[in-house]
Amino acid sequence: MSPIDAVHSAPIADTVVTPRFKRRLFRHVKERVIESILLLLALVAVATTVAIVAILVHESAGFFEEVSLREFLTGTVWSPLFENPRYGVLPLVSGTVTVAGIALAVALPLGTITAIYLSEFAPHWVRETVKPILELLEAVPGVVFGYFALLLLTPLLQDTLLPGLPGFNMLAPALVIGVMIVPYVASVSEDAMRAVPMSMREGSYAMGATRLQTAVRVVTPAATSGIVAAYVLAASRAVGETMVVAIAAGLQPNFTFNPMEQAATITAYIVQVSQGDLPHGSLGYQSIFAVGLTLALMTLGFNIAGHWLRKRFREVY
Amino acid sequence: MDPRLAELRALIARHKWNDHLFARLGLVCTMIAVLMLFAAILDLFLDGYQRLDGTFLTSYPSRHPERAGILSSWVGSAVVMLVTMVSAVPLGVGAAIYLEEYADKNWLTNLIELNVTNLAGVPSIIYGLLALGLFVHMLGLGETILSAGLALALMILPMIIVATRESLRAVPVHIREAAYALGATRWRMISDHLLPYSMGGIMTGVIIGMARAIGETTPLITIGALTFIAFLPPPPITAEPPFLSVDWLMSPFTVLPIQMFNWISRPESAFHVNAAAAGVVLMIMTLLMNGFAIYLRYQIRKKIKW
Repeated sequence: MSPIDAVHSAPIADTVVTPRFKRRLFRHVKERVIESILLLLALVAVATTVAIVAILVHESAGFFEEVSLREFLTGTVWSPLFENPRYGVLPLVSGTVTVAGIALAVALPLGTITAIYLSEFAPHWVRETVKPILELLEAVPGVVFGYFALLLLTPLLQDTLLPGLPGFNMLAPALVIGVMIVPYVASVSEDAMRAVPMSMREGSYAMGATRLQTAVRVVTPAATSGIVAAYVLAASRAVGETMVVAIAAGLQPNFTFNPMEQAATITAYIVQVSQGDLPHGSLGYQSIFAVGLTLALMTLGFNIAGHWLRKRFREVY
Repeated sequence: MDPRLAELRALIARHKWNDHLFARLGLVCTMIAVLMLFAAILDLFLDGYQRLDGTFLTSYPSRHPERAGILSSWVGSAVVMLVTMVSAVPLGVGAAIYLEEYADKNWLTNLIELNVTNLAGVPSIIYGLLALGLFVHMLGLGETILSAGLALALMILPMIIVATRESLRAVPVHIREAAYALGATRWRMISDHLLPYSMGGIMTGVIIGMARAIGETTPLITIGALTFIAFLPPPPITAEPPFLSVDWLMSPFTVLPIQMFNWISRPESAFHVNAAAAGVVLMIMTLLMNGFAIYLRYQIRKKIKW
């Protein structure tokens, strides 16, 4: 029991209520009020999660009353805005998976090598210069990179490597997203690598290992749980990235895994619908919540997998 | 020479060469990301500089590309940012203070921390859907500046919480103990000592979060940020009593990245030039904010010696 509590719980009748006591009581109450307010502010985070789940489930409930889950999950045509609406989500999923797959194929190797380089090889000044620039890269608006993918990278690819590439395609935005999420992979992995104790590196060097051997066989395995966390973050970013694909990949749902074609991702479809003026409560309006729920479940899946992998690879020193 | 010695030397040389090679590879990989950043900025600038003048900043959007400007969108961005900052900073800093200074190790704290971590990984379009369902329709705030500011505030909340917690944690324990020893209550200690000392770090986190929010288009598209807005929100100060008005919160709006997106989506290339020019303005704002944050962090690291 703290002294303040002792004062507080003393039988009032026996105590002379001095101004000093009043002051203490007031102070005590004030502290408690402040603590409660701060707790309420912290609970906003919980409330946000609850609200996200509630809104997505509530709004898509109406959608799934009209459309069977079977049609939604196995249908290969997505045309909710047409005369004869079809609600198979697979074309949107194929677009999302293709774009995210290519983006990750670019971002994971690049990001990991960048992290190893920055953590184990780079001179101090290089690290101090590159890290803020990578941070800046995280802050560049998606529209800017969309512009870049549509009006610079696609024409460039058409002129050089891939003459048959259509103006809207999944390849250019996927490559741009890949480079865009390199900073996420690199900075989280690098933090994990730098947290590996120096003594492990010194042990490795003492056995005659080179810098590269130490980095690949000692530091990287020891930092695996952090690196996995970085990969999970990157995967969520890749499937959730919106503007780049909405601008440069076209908005036509297309059941294909061919990056040379145009296709819509889940996020691009939501953007397309939002640009129009669908009445609240219509099936088209509800469909964006249904696909949004799909996207949220995908990222949730990554997070659960990541959580499990992190536990599995957790190293304690 | 002993052949085994020669073999060993060759092995060592090979390993050294591998090291060298990897260092080069690492530098190249790092440079790819950095180069794309510079290429994107340079491309925007080269495409858009011809439209960058005073009239571009002071004109409304128009059907005629050469007369169109970004007045309504940069004003929109500014007021939305204001709402975001006013709502996200107290929320984020308060939550961080609670988690860092008050929270006991119990299930509630774990729940809050788990949520903060997860929210940081939620795609921004999901925040858009949240805002559309919750603010626009359920709470009836409509497609307004207020809804937009709140949506972005929720999005950057985890960033502000994490940054604030880190800078609170960086204040050494003996500062807290000294304040308590002089009879300060917990809140006194926080408001008189912790917050002033960690202000720099908090500011850095806030600025980086705001820089992210200003370029974010996604959550605002879903709540119907219109692109053709040829008027400004009503002024906050009016001629009649009570002189202050909050009508501007309820005004329809557009923001810079959405204006840019709209111009990119058009087939005419004259509008693409406008998009590039708007992109330059957007990039300058983002770069300035991030540059300031980096400078601030550098200053703190240099100055503070506990």
